[in-house]
Amino acid sequence: MALQVLEFEFKSAATQEIAKEWSHLGVTGSGDLEVLMEKKALNGGVKAKVVTPVKGFDAVWEKMLGKFVTDTGVGNVSIEINDDNATPIVVYMRLRQALAEATAKEAE
Amino acid sequence: MELKGITREWDSLKKDAAARAASAAPYVKEGKIVDAKDAVALLEAVIKPGDKVNIEGNNQKQADFLAKTLCQVDPGKVHDLHMVQSVLTLPEHLDVFEKGIAKKLDMSFSGPQAGRIAEFLKEGKLELGAIHTYLELYGRYFVDLTPRVALIAATKADRHGNLFTGFSTEDTPAIVEATKFRQGIVIAQVNEIVDELPRVDIPGDWVDYVIQSPKPFYIEPLFTRDPALITDAQVLKGMMAIKGIYGEYGIKSLNHGIGFDTAAIELLLPTYGEELGLKGKICTNFILNPHPSMIPAIESGWVESIHCFGGELGMDEYVAARSDIFFVGPDGSMRSNRAFSQTAGHYAIDMFIGGTLQIDPYGNSSTATANRVAGFGGAPNMGCDPKGRRHSSEAWLKCGEEYGVKEAMWGPVHRGKRLVVQLAETFREKLAPGFVEELDAFALAKNANLPIEPVMIYGDDLTHIITEEGIAYLHKCRNMEERTAAIRGIAGFTEVGMKADPKETLRLRDLGVIKTADDLGIDMSRANRSMLAAKNVHDLVVWSKGLYNPPAKFRNW
Repeated sequence: MALQVLEFEFKSAATQEIAKEWSHLGVTGSGDLEVLMEKKALNGGVKAKVVTPVKGFDAVWEKMLGKFVTDTGVGNVSIEINDDNATPIVVYMRLRQALAEATAKEAE
Repeated sequence: MELKGITREWDSLKKDAAARAASAAPYVKEGKIVDAKDAVALLEAVIKPGDKVNIEGNNQKQADFLAKTLCQVDPGKVHDLHMVQSVLTLPEHLDVFEKGIAKKLDMSFSGPQAGRIAEFLKEGKLELGAIHTYLELYGRYFVDLTPRVALIAATKADRHGNLFTGFSTEDTPAIVEATKFRQGIVIAQVNEIVDELPRVDIPGDWVDYVIQSPKPFYIEPLFTRDPALITDAQVLKGMMAIKGIYGEYGIKSLNHGIGFDTAAIELLLPTYGEELGLKGKICTNFILNPHPSMIPAIESGWVESIHCFGGELGMDEYVAARSDIFFVGPDGSMRSNRAFSQTAGHYAIDMFIGGTLQIDPYGNSSTATANRVAGFGGAPNMGCDPKGRRHSSEAWLKCGEEYGVKEAMWGPVHRGKRLVVQLAETFREKLAPGFVEELDAFALAKNANLPIEPVMIYGDDLTHIITEEGIAYLHKCRNMEERTAAIRGIAGFTEVGMKADPKETLRLRDLGVIKTADDLGIDMSRANRSMLAAKNVHDLVVWSKGLYNPPAKFRNW
């Protein structure tokens, strides 16, 4: 199955930024995905790249990622997602979990 | 005007039964015992064309030998039967229609045979009376669908025909009582014939013939869910349910439907429920099959009582050792009883919560698909507001107090409302949407020529929907417009959710009609499998102190 690559850009209120230079969460297993977050100066904005085998859900990806940015206010971050047929809720949860991971302070 | 009584025989049913018994007499070996090899001849002797016949098919226990036997009768002698039975599970339940032995069907639920029923209806091989709820069908056994002959299953019998149905009693008492007391004929297949029974569940004089089946009856572990397969999304919905509904209303008495969503809730009680300080305040009394996933909650002291519709494979010993919780007989083993459990589920509990496949913008919820006549078993008995209820409880009164149209509908009278909750995922596996503009039930009604759409739970009975997007408190809505907006507001990126007006969704959040995980103060990053009190079947065995004995297919260690 050919994978497709989707790229999106979002404006953000940028009320929070991630603490780590980069972080990683999740596994590209059936019905799941991995999320990489990298700190990047994007004038407060958010860039996202999605690699997925699922066709015809581009608009849903855009809305889902947009909702994540609006709900969390995260900015200056580049997100990379490697997806294997995850449902929107799994995507949203993993994004929230990845953000919690990326904003967590390093263990002292 | 002169009034005259009619002239007729008043005991024709009894005489007919006696005549049938006389023609079956050659096959009776000793007492009421008939050999398995004479089973076909026995059925040909006692069943007449056009009879209403019940094959005991429960959720779990199946009179499988008698079902096979009925398929072997000569359609020249036995035909046009009207099958009245709660569950169609086995291929033989449909084979009798293919062979021309049976013609009409009245039922409640058909799991694996749902596709064939739809096919047979289309081809004219089968005439469908109605798809009932369990209690509704049992009720009709005593009105206009009384079986002339019942083919039932029991664990053990003695020579006098007394039956032990024990752990898996299920539908047997309802079927036998309706059949026998209207002069019908009761034939039981049993796993074993013994001299002395542990206890008598069905008295011998209600049973006409007993056949020792060549193999023990088939039983399905329908209610076992492996915790290893519970997803993080189910954990999230479970946390939302416990905080936003169970805790919010103080739900003490309830039924959990079958599925991973409710299994997740059961396994979150000892962890998340404990953390919220809800022990003793919620989930004390259940109407429920003995779900293995209940073991950690029982063992950590959450539960006071559980009455069961049926048994569950491997749970016998555990249940027998917890007679403070379950309904256990003087012999030490549990007795299930679907009719009583459904009655309790209809009248005596504060909440029904279960999963569904599709919800429409009106809140109607259905598990029907366009080409499967699946039925709904007991869900509509419990998934409705019982209008005959006259006792109050805190949860029931609170839900009634919040009812958005109570002044218009009830006037000044104080009333309560049953909580009817559906758990839905906006998209399931393979991205099948959980919210649709039109239920597949409409296409099915058309395809199968049904007079009404087979809707499992009607929108006006549904009080809450939980999705990963949030909880909609539908009963708070003041009209259909608001209700539809609330449903759209939690329907995510489905065709239903895409039509949500974000401003209206926000207004409903302000009113408390919609609450998201954030609104409920639930940290989504904690919603993962580490919250479950048992992570796999082996953990359940450990919690049970070795008393739970899972079937082989669930043993992977």
